[in-house]
Amino acid sequence: MGSIALLGFGEGGWGYSIASGILVTVSLALATLPIGLLIGFFVALGKQAAEPSIRLAANMYTTIFRGLPELLTLFLVYFGAQIGIQKLGAMLGFSGTIEINSFLAGMFAMGAVFSSYASEVFLSAFRAIPRGQYEGGYAIGLSYGQTMWKVVLPQLIRIALPGLSNLWMILLKDTALVSAIGLADILRQTGVAARVTKHAFLFYGTACMIYLVLAILSSFVINAIEKRTTASGVRR
Amino acid sequence: MTQTFINARTATVTRPPAPAKRWTKTRIIGHLLVAFWAALIIGLVLDLYSAWDITLIETYGPKYWQGLVTTLTLVFSSIIFGAILSVPVAFGRMSKNRIGSAIAYAYVYFFRGTPLIAQVFLMYYGVSEFREKLEYVGLWWFFREAWYCAFLAFALNTAAYQAEILRGAIQSVSLGQWEGAASLGISKFVTFRKVILPQALIVALRPYGNEVILMIKGSAIVALVTVYDLMGYTKLAYSRTFDFQAYLWAAIFYLVLVEVLRHIWDWMERRITRHLIR
Repeated sequence: MGSIALLGFGEGGWGYSIASGILVTVSLALATLPIGLLIGFFVALGKQAAEPSIRLAANMYTTIFRGLPELLTLFLVYFGAQIGIQKLGAMLGFSGTIEINSFLAGMFAMGAVFSSYASEVFLSAFRAIPRGQYEGGYAIGLSYGQTMWKVVLPQLIRIALPGLSNLWMILLKDTALVSAIGLADILRQTGVAARVTKHAFLFYGTACMIYLVLAILSSFVINAIEKRTTASGVRR
Repeated sequence: MTQTFINARTATVTRPPAPAKRWTKTRIIGHLLVAFWAALIIGLVLDLYSAWDITLIETYGPKYWQGLVTTLTLVFSSIIFGAILSVPVAFGRMSKNRIGSAIAYAYVYFFRGTPLIAQVFLMYYGVSEFREKLEYVGLWWFFREAWYCAFLAFALNTAAYQAEILRGAIQSVSLGQWEGAASLGISKFVTFRKVILPQALIVALRPYGNEVILMIKGSAIVALVTVYDLMGYTKLAYSRTFDFQAYLWAAIFYLVLVEVLRHIWDWMERRITRHLIR
């Protein structure tokens, strides 16, 4: 059987399973993104809070999740949540094995890692916004939330975008790790195909190429977003 | 005059009263968050204490240490090899030769655009597909060992990242430095070595440190290709004992390792930028 047929959608082709893997990878990355951005934003707010205890808590969060290997974070979340829920179930009188959804575990683990890096990006973006922007907002009678939402955030996104797009690329690559906890993503599906057909180089090479294509596609999207955000802003 | 001086010295200074620390909403939230972290850490310590089993520690302690040594040798050897390899790539990226720069760009794009784990799999499982050919050229001994495959994949990967760091750092030095040296009649090579590189390396120090930390964290994936590094022994210990403390100990080891490196790097940066502090 030729290599093209192996990758195709015909009989004996692995096209469908690889395509489903792409779907899993992309949906995991897309599901992680909003969680990571939201937590990262609030952690960044915490890091520049006037209250020292909030700063301490936020710094501990980033120290832990930036210091742990992503794979270990994933295992900690996956097995830790399993054991934790098992214990909780035992306390409530439920006996039996509880399986944790590996998609959810991957989402939380990747979200934790992404948010701790994103908080650094947001923090440096916050520092690039002059105090006068807040003061101007308060002077015209906007509340803290309104100032944040209508004055600071639009500028913040523009400044943070290059850093965040870097993080998105890293996230896309990091999702490959969830294949280790059994989620059928690109790497898992190509790995299965490689084991069955004994064409490991072909399939792992294909996996690499798919990741490259995903990176190229996302750089197009990011460029489009960048154009939109810079068009509405003044150059400083 | 002297009288007032003496009076000033003996007079009791009345300071304004310290502003009352009120329990504002943010302060309560902050204390709750810190309490949450503290509870987690205390829980971790208590858990590890209650699960303390001297036979487990005696069995797996030396293995963890061995794994840590494997992790460190793997990371540092691949970083050094990658650093050597990154030099031609960085110069390829900067060269005006279109073919050279295209090749270097493709190299960097491939290794930065694909997951490290996929590269390691490609190197370990993928290359073994060509076993006969490799045996024929006498390279099979290299690609048979998971450690060597991981080393090669890591070195190639970090070379791409380091090439970009090096290129960015060299290009961050202003053109005037080159011109100034040229006007003194200094050759290009000496200019690069004695004028450009010292300034570039200051810029590059922090990204290099980040790269080392990223490699240490990334090296955990070699456990998936049967290399027994710190993560490998952790997985082994967990699969044999089903004791979650296996992962907790690994987390502590990795965190300490990364924090120590981070502080060493902070210290180095402070040290070599002393002359820049105004």
